[in-house]
Amino acid sequence: MELVFKRPQSLNDVPFHFCPGCHHGIAHRLVAEAIDFFKIQEKTIGVASVGCSVFMYDYFHLDVLEAPHGRASAVASGVKRARKDRIVFTYQGDGDLAAIGIAEVIHTANRGENITIFFANNTVYGMTGGQMAPTTLLGQRTTTSPYGREFSNDGYPIRMSEMLATLEGSAFVARVAVNNPANLMKTKKAIRKAFQMQIEEMGFSFVEILLSCPTNWGLSALEANRRVEEELIPYFPLGILKERKMADTL
Amino acid sequence: MAAVDAGCLLYFGYPITPQSDIPEHLSKHLPPLGGEFIQAESEIASINMVLGASATGVRAMTSSSSPGISLMQEAISYMAGSELPAVIVNISRSGPGLGGISASQGDYFQATRGGGHGDYRMIVLAPASVQEMYDLTLLAFDLSDKYRNPAMILGDALLGQMKEPLVRSRPGKVNVVPKPWALTGAQGRDPLRIKSLYLKEGELSEHNWKLFQKYEEMKKEEIRFESFLADDARLVLTAYGSVARISRTAVEMARNEGMEVGLFRPITLFPFPEKPLASLSQTARSFLTVELNTGQMVEDIRLSVARDADVYFYGRPPGSLPTPEEIVKAIRNHYPSG
Repeated sequence: MELVFKRPQSLNDVPFHFCPGCHHGIAHRLVAEAIDFFKIQEKTIGVASVGCSVFMYDYFHLDVLEAPHGRASAVASGVKRARKDRIVFTYQGDGDLAAIGIAEVIHTANRGENITIFFANNTVYGMTGGQMAPTTLLGQRTTTSPYGREFSNDGYPIRMSEMLATLEGSAFVARVAVNNPANLMKTKKAIRKAFQMQIEEMGFSFVEILLSCPTNWGLSALEANRRVEEELIPYFPLGILKERKMADTL
Repeated sequence: MAAVDAGCLLYFGYPITPQSDIPEHLSKHLPPLGGEFIQAESEIASINMVLGASATGVRAMTSSSSPGISLMQEAISYMAGSELPAVIVNISRSGPGLGGISASQGDYFQATRGGGHGDYRMIVLAPASVQEMYDLTLLAFDLSDKYRNPAMILGDALLGQMKEPLVRSRPGKVNVVPKPWALTGAQGRDPLRIKSLYLKEGELSEHNWKLFQKYEEMKKEEIRFESFLADDARLVLTAYGSVARISRTAVEMARNEGMEVGLFRPITLFPFPEKPLASLSQTARSFLTVELNTGQMVEDIRLSVARDADVYFYGRPPGSLPTPEEIVKAIRNHYPSG
């Protein structure tokens, strides 16, 4: 019988610990597939952040370094400057990247560091129990916005991709989702493109992936998947926000 | 210069007085050598870049001054937990808060007690001259690699701005220990991970005991100090860094007055020279600690010497330096009678 579907080499043969209906596993798999596609597994170094994503060293069959909360992009900058011929990526949640780590990611992008960041945006702090994140939508109830996010008190949800796309240092910025097969295929393409940018030394690449978090949203897997379409995508529109065609030269 | 001679071609830092000479110098000299210099957006980013670079097995460093070092504590704790080497230079200034830019030794506790969270120790070396700034920086890289632990050079504003002759001991010769733990991409081997998160039952306690063993090993192997006319002294001055040099002059002046006075200068602040001080307190019964603060290292002196030895303190919080004459006056006040 022909084998039509198998685990990517860059993933370990272990079950994900993620909650039922969570999209992290899909995003992990797509990243691993892209690494396999470019055959860069033996030269890739991953940087884990703090949150549900910290366990990526259990899942990726890669060298992985754990960064302090929010600092993954600075850590990855250090890795890349030390080993310029390696492929370096981070996988960070929205609490990690858009709150405590926002300074690091902005300056990493602005320096045009030739690394790739996968930004998992599920609009909440997942691991700590569903607290409000900078990306939490207005009116969204979380464990620290029990009356719903209120702009007068909590400000507005931050659109990271739009912000980073304004920086000259960013070579590739895209926002994608994995809530249906069509979006998933676009995500696959965007992740490949991001790695390709790094391989071609084009500079900083950033892929924001909208993910569901059924547990902390208080929804079933299907309802959570629907919320991505009905609530997240309208506020966080999908698409490629920036794509540099040629490497920067002086 | 010491960094380059130690084979460190990666520097990540952020400007702060009185240490900005270091990033200024390295921003000029590292790129032509094929090295990397990043002026980061903060001390937090600087030290995390060091963490990342170090994880790949190459030597990396940062430098800052007290408030900036406070910002680095989180990552220093992570590096201790993840067993990553790094050299951190603190050309300390006065505090607390924004404090001032004058020489101070107010960071002794922060450096030796682990300013970050968790049960860890950091190697702390205290130079007292430009030559030692060089020599101890080389040593800091070696020790930090040997023990896979961050090492700090604890200097002060006085040392940071000092000009003195320097002999480069080993230009061009670097022997870095092999680092099989380094992340370089899993080529021809199983993937490696570097982390400080241990959630499984018993795992973290085991990890902490392992780190403890390392610190005990440092205490056994790495103690460094200078003893000046201390063996027959009735009163021993204890001081580190630039203050030790002023104290040394005070010892010479007191000797001229006929007082049997010596100087004990810890060079490693962690591991602290407890045993040599304990032996010294068999003969010298009085100790006078001189520090540019209101009393920090003096606690370690008290813990180290015999219980019935007298330990006195002459402190100078930031603002001005003590003159040798002032220290001699303090010696006279505490010199054992009879």
